[in-house]
Amino acid sequence: MTLRAALCALSRAVRPGGCGGLPLSRTLQVCGATIHASHPRQGSTYTPPPARYGGRHTVTLIPGDGIGPELANHVRELFWFCCVPVDFELVNVDSSLTAEDDINNAIMSIRRNGVALKGNLETNHNLPPSYKSRNNLLRTSLDLYANVMHCQSLPGVKTRHRNIDIMIIRENTEGEYSSLEHESVPGVVECLKIITRVNSLRIADFAFQTARQNGRRRITAVHKANIMKLGDGLFLECCKEVASGYPDIAFDTLIVDNATMQLVSRPQQFDMMLMPNLYGNVVSNVCAGLVGGPGLVPGANHGEHYALFEAGTRNTGRSIANRNSANPTAMLLASCLLLDHLKLPAYAHMIRRATLSTVTETRMHTADLGGQASTSDVIKSIRNAIQSTGPLTQSI
Amino acid sequence: LKLFTTLRDDLQGNVTAIKGPGGKWMIPPDAKESMDQSKIGLKGPLKTPIAAGHPSMNLLLRKTFDLYANVRPCVSIEGYKTPYTDVNLVTIRENTEGEYSGIEHVIVDGVVQSIKLITEDASRRIAEYAFEYARNNQRSSVTAVHKANIMRMSDGLFLRKCREVAETYKDIKFTEMYLDTVCLNMVQDPTQFDVLVMPNLYGDILSDLCAGLIGGLGVTPSGNIGANGVAIFESVHGTAPDIAGLDMANPTALLLSAVMMLRHMGLHEYGKKIETACFDTIRDKKVLTKDLGGNSKCSEFTADICRRVVDMD
Repeated sequence: MTLRAALCALSRAVRPGGCGGLPLSRTLQVCGATIHASHPRQGSTYTPPPARYGGRHTVTLIPGDGIGPELANHVRELFWFCCVPVDFELVNVDSSLTAEDDINNAIMSIRRNGVALKGNLETNHNLPPSYKSRNNLLRTSLDLYANVMHCQSLPGVKTRHRNIDIMIIRENTEGEYSSLEHESVPGVVECLKIITRVNSLRIADFAFQTARQNGRRRITAVHKANIMKLGDGLFLECCKEVASGYPDIAFDTLIVDNATMQLVSRPQQFDMMLMPNLYGNVVSNVCAGLVGGPGLVPGANHGEHYALFEAGTRNTGRSIANRNSANPTAMLLASCLLLDHLKLPAYAHMIRRATLSTVTETRMHTADLGGQASTSDVIKSIRNAIQSTGPLTQSI
Repeated sequence: LKLFTTLRDDLQGNVTAIKGPGGKWMIPPDAKESMDQSKIGLKGPLKTPIAAGHPSMNLLLRKTFDLYANVRPCVSIEGYKTPYTDVNLVTIRENTEGEYSGIEHVIVDGVVQSIKLITEDASRRIAEYAFEYARNNQRSSVTAVHKANIMRMSDGLFLRKCREVAETYKDIKFTEMYLDTVCLNMVQDPTQFDVLVMPNLYGDILSDLCAGLIGGLGVTPSGNIGANGVAIFESVHGTAPDIAGLDMANPTALLLSAVMMLRHMGLHEYGKKIETACFDTIRDKKVLTKDLGGNSKCSEFTADICRRVVDMD
């Protein structure tokens, strides 16, 4: 630990910005090229997060509440089993405390390591407004402006709709989640929804670049600009501006209520969807429900310098905590996204393949998918899958 | 309207179809008077021309009669197949404030704020209406949908009011659920929901989501309840100018809204008759309009329903 601390101190001295060794340029221009250069995940300018010593990455792990701790343990054990060169720095955040020390420690740890994996942190909504949502604090402090969720129908999972493949990009820091509220007159509360040009352009550009990287042909922006003319109007305007710089990708818009209606009747028509914060919350949960539930879909939160991976629908699962019945798929797939981000594709591929085969081929399903398997059964099945086809692993 | 004349008419002819006036900032006074007298209205879709210079007609109606509750019962229609069967829930949406207050400012160039307004009075009113509705319609539970983990003060206020009102309605079960959890569970298992009460934006999204579950806006009825006992029932689909006048439209939404209206007025018997006739016609699948999958005309569809109503007597 001392060595690591010394190394951190050294790295901070060398790079006074203290952030992930990447160009700190924040100038945002509309055309793809300029932003491309400062984008952390692009081509030859990309280097993996800095917390890497002796070929091993250090990743912050925040177990969270509910089913979080048990799933975090499973991830850790699986990584150990597969000899993944990742060391987890465990940071516990106690969401029942009102002081913000815990979450500040977590934020500092993520700034140090550049990347994190987390479970959901419970927010007691009966506490006064001074107690902010811990998850939201993380996202805004680290400026994780893009939330990416990829919802895909999996063969072997029984759902009402088939062949769904939707990628959802959701603005993660502003909009309705600005937490700016006041009681102007007793009994009258105002809540501010903030939309800015800078953030809208940023998220739109992120979406179009991601679309290009993943071969997506069409982006649908979801909004309510017929009612919120200025706010969502600005968002739409920014999206259209960015869209003009990407002629190879089709762009259309849809009002949010119509979008949800279309999603439940014909979800196959959507390719990629882009939207502000609250609609993103609704749409991503609808899509997750359509493909099989909260236990299957991982989510990624990207910022310019940091990345945070978690289960897509951000549920604590308090009612099924510690019963060995939670579905580990979402968390494991999130850890695969983490490995992709760390440029360890071989490990990511190995774990992902094993996890998906357990769901689709072996059909070892937990209760949320209608099966009777326990979490440990599923994990065991994944380990077997890895052992039988994968490289050397630890002995079981 | 044709349908009502085939019934033994006890309605005292107080059903007024409201049409949009030409470019004035208010409902024409004779329509307003008629509504004030009769207190009940049935409305078809109203078109709002873009850049007409006056606010949307629907908005005008809402403001004039203080229509604070939008009620949308969503029941799966036998015979109109969707991936979701056994849907039987009601969404009650606060209709006057919330995110749709329309208050927006440009703070500096490139930064816009929209204000979401939640008031104690409106929240209490809608909560009371929701529980009254649940009681009058033999519903067992009311669920408040919110996002108080993020919007602590505003949705917190809404929740507190709902909880307070729930105290006075001990016979109805009250639960609260986050919006995202509701969405997640709704598309997986809609049978777990009964009555949902929520502020404006969530209500908009959820009511359309539920409409999508049962087959879309062409078959979904809707009612707007106002202060002073005013109630306007309407079909929520668009004006469909491309098929207007061609006898192709599907009248189901308007018919079911009319059924809601009859129930509201206490004429349950008539309501039941029309509803059963309508569902039977759809179930039989012999004379369906184009959007339901058949190719009959609107008049044929209605004639079939009329015939069934007559047969029932």
